[in-house]
Amino acid sequence: MITLQHLLVLSGLLFSIAVAGIFINRKNLILLLMCVELLLLAANINFVAFSRYLGNIDGQVFVFFVLTVAAAEAAIGLAILVVLFRQRQSINVADIGTLKG
Amino acid sequence: MLVQILFYAFALVLLAAAIGVIGLRNPVHSALCLVLTFFSAAAIWLLLEAEFLAIVLVLVYVGAVMVLFLFVVMMLDVNVEALRSGFTRHFWLGIATALLVVAEIVGVIVAKGFGGGLDMGGTFEPTAVDASNTTELGTALYTRYLYPFELAAVLLLVAIIAAIVLTMRHRRGLKVQDINAQVAVRREDRVRVLKMPAERGE
Repeated sequence: MITLQHLLVLSGLLFSIAVAGIFINRKNLILLLMCVELLLLAANINFVAFSRYLGNIDGQVFVFFVLTVAAAEAAIGLAILVVLFRQRQSINVADIGTLKG
Repeated sequence: MLVQILFYAFALVLLAAAIGVIGLRNPVHSALCLVLTFFSAAAIWLLLEAEFLAIVLVLVYVGAVMVLFLFVVMMLDVNVEALRSGFTRHFWLGIATALLVVAEIVGVIVAKGFGGGLDMGGTFEPTAVDASNTTELGTALYTRYLYPFELAAVLLLVAIIAAIVLTMRHRRGLKVQDINAQVAVRREDRVRVLKMPAERGE
């Protein structure tokens, strides 16, 4: 049988792959957004596993809200990306220094 | 036993696809690997009897969000080589950080729970045969979580408006009717009354 431990290790591995992806692809804004999606997916796997394990549906309701927020984030992030590309002809994170932050 | 084999198969596909997402050279291939990752995650959620969320993951993510990603990736003409110039420099840093995160997480999981007496190696209780995940989720969502649900709807509305406003392009010199400008016209903008002496006839 699969246990809670299996799922937690799986989501931990997925999370660390996504963290490594953020380090490796730190110049490409599209891949950064994809890595954020992977991070959220890892968190969601944890929520579903614990919800199932504890027999409590609230965890799955929370996954529902996380999916909503992630969809909104992807839509706005990609819209900003498109506007940025129109202005700069580039999606390199290093080129975005207008605000000198 | 069958559940276990399926779990390992889908978990392996999920991790391999996730590595493909971060490692592949072409952003289109990365996006397609992300689709595969979401599919495998949906299959694992099905094994966990979270059927509604598994279907939602496929419909919303694979059907909408990933199509949006692919659309943007293909629309933008990105110079991939310039973006990957620092790849090997940050590669080992990324791997080291990932290994550190893995060691910490697995250490916590394999150690005795979270100190709260939670049995981390516990198996999942089988649910009743006639239990409906969708009914249960809907009951919780429309009673206890009604206000958060409506807030989520407002959030999506805000996201729609923000995305449209951000990407809408105003072209100069386009001959279209601007109703706001027409209504806002005042008399002083259009008509000028001049005082001049009347001419005397000879």
